[in-house]
Amino acid sequence: MNLVESFRIALRALGANKGRAALTMLGVIIGVAAVILLVAIGSGVQQEITGQIEGMGSNLLFVVPADISAESGGAGGGAMGAGKSFTLDDADLLERQLGGDALVVPILQGAARLKAGSHSMRAMIAAANQYGSEVFTSDLVYGRGYSRSEYITATRVAVLGATPAEELFPGQNPVGREVQINGERFEVIGQYAKQGGTLSGDQDNRVYMPLTTAQRLLSVSDISVIVAKAEDPGRIELVKHKIRQALRPSFGDDITVFTQEQTLGILSTLLGTLTVMLAGIAGISLLVGGIGIMNIMLVSVSERTREIGIRKAVGAKTYDIMSQFVIEAIVLSVVGGAIGILIGWAGALALKTWIPTEITWWAVTLAFGFSAAVGIFFGVYPAWRASRLDPIVALRYE
Amino acid sequence: MPSNPAHAEPSALVGQAAHAEQPADAAPQPIGRPVIEARGVSKTYHLDEIEVHALRGVDVAVHEGEMLAIIGPSGSGKSTLMHIIGLLDRPSTGIVAVEGEDVSAMLPNELAAVRNKRIGFVFQAFNLLARTTAQANVELPLIYAGVSAAERAKRAQEALARVGLGERLRHMPNQLSGGQQQRVAIARALVTNPSMVLADEPTGNLDSRSGIEVMAILQGLNEQGITVVLVTHDTSIAQHAQRVIEIRDGGVVANRIVVDRTDAQARLAEYLHEHAGDNAGDHAGDYTDDHMGGLQ
Repeated sequence: MNLVESFRIALRALGANKGRAALTMLGVIIGVAAVILLVAIGSGVQQEITGQIEGMGSNLLFVVPADISAESGGAGGGAMGAGKSFTLDDADLLERQLGGDALVVPILQGAARLKAGSHSMRAMIAAANQYGSEVFTSDLVYGRGYSRSEYITATRVAVLGATPAEELFPGQNPVGREVQINGERFEVIGQYAKQGGTLSGDQDNRVYMPLTTAQRLLSVSDISVIVAKAEDPGRIELVKHKIRQALRPSFGDDITVFTQEQTLGILSTLLGTLTVMLAGIAGISLLVGGIGIMNIMLVSVSERTREIGIRKAVGAKTYDIMSQFVIEAIVLSVVGGAIGILIGWAGALALKTWIPTEITWWAVTLAFGFSAAVGIFFGVYPAWRASRLDPIVALRYE
Repeated sequence: MPSNPAHAEPSALVGQAAHAEQPADAAPQPIGRPVIEARGVSKTYHLDEIEVHALRGVDVAVHEGEMLAIIGPSGSGKSTLMHIIGLLDRPSTGIVAVEGEDVSAMLPNELAAVRNKRIGFVFQAFNLLARTTAQANVELPLIYAGVSAAERAKRAQEALARVGLGERLRHMPNQLSGGQQQRVAIARALVTNPSMVLADEPTGNLDSRSGIEVMAILQGLNEQGITVVLVTHDTSIAQHAQRVIEIRDGGVVANRIVVDRTDAQARLAEYLHEHAGDNAGDHAGDYTDDHMGGLQ
């Protein structure tokens, strides 16, 4: 008997039990749809976040005064606290050494309590030199950023992020108003547009000011991190090398220079793992669907014991019976898989309004391949049982 | 093999029973070469600790063109013998040969191929596939023989015409009477041109009239040269055969030529005459009617 006949027999058997076939398929449909949908969400979020980081510019270098490569014992926080910190002198040194190759932006971050009139709130200080806007990319809604002279003279001026602006001056233009930061009086000179939450935290709940002002306000002489923005993205490795050389006399090897690419790589790996994890969870439902197929196939085999006996009596070989039942299971899983792909796909498109989704071919292929494999795997055992039935016993079966 | 549907018509079956004149005590004469032969066949089942000897050294030969009945009460071993000569089972010891070829050592799949080619089964319970048309049921053995779809349809239609069901190709088993279902089963047994049609209590689930009709068909087919083996506990059914082998306690106790053989065609005419008042006209001389006799 050829495969075409096996298919015909299997389809006829499924057609005779349409309701049951549909319910059995439902397990696979849900599993495949879940895999595609969850992977689509995972990859969509991954794309969005990496897109955001790439939007900051691929020519950024982050310099931290600690060796946070693999062998440093992993005590990142300890290394940061116990080791040396950067000061503005280090930033100046870098600026001189790099010259026209890169802009050097020292950054200091800290906590702040903001107060204006009767409103008060907590926010993060993000302080830099006059090139700060090159790193903290955001559009101004009102006013301006701080100037070089304000940086040099440590003037108490502040640019508000979207959240403090809304909390302290709801529905108003805050430019020219007064805000108290950690008890000191600041003049608001601008307001940034809303950026939305990203992986690096709430970008909006920030107050921006000159670094020198922030050092006085927080009574520190350190800076958190130095960011270098290479003029030519193609020379980023050269800039990285120069930074290491410039800082070696005072810091030795306790320097880590992240490029945007590295950050992206780490993030992508992390998000990729997350996506695979989501796929794995959805895969479990696919497995459950497969067990459903096996269950129904076992029921089907025992229901059709007599039919198997008849077929064997008139000359069906073990292979014929086996292929008939395996094909039934495969048809269930493959048709279920195809419907699941359609539903998952449609769901991912529908969700796009709220969540970034990205339909990936590997997820579709994997889900479909897995559902077919599930059909074969869970169909083989019932089919094997069917094919091993003794025709005499099967014919007597009531 | 002739496949003229006219042979299945009642008129063509009337006036046979030519073999009834041989003396009862004469040793059975082979009327053709053996198509299936069992030599010294024993079958022992092991139920827990107990050994059950279903067959003890049985010799049986089925000759080409004959109509043989294997008779015996339940528990006599006749079912086991039927399974063995039907190649559904293998003997514990002894040899089974089909057309001279020893099949006792064959594997299940090889036996399936031989069954497919050489043996047509007719069962007491019809054993048709439900929700499957008469034609598709008859085509079933041909599917496993690897015959093309067009050829299958042609041969199945011919076989159904031979049993008088040429007009009911598309009927499902549940739309057919018991007698008609058994005729579909006979067509299925015939369709591969087997060496032997093996009928196990073929009238057991039928009312008397359908039973007579089925026996008439089997006798008619035998007249056309087809080897028929009946397995039954019923001596009146065995009386339709030319030769009877009687099994008791796992052994052959008698092997005799049938004297005063029953002619099913004549009995059918008698039956119709007796019941002429019941529903005459509908059935007279026609067994392709729709009466729903027999057990479903």
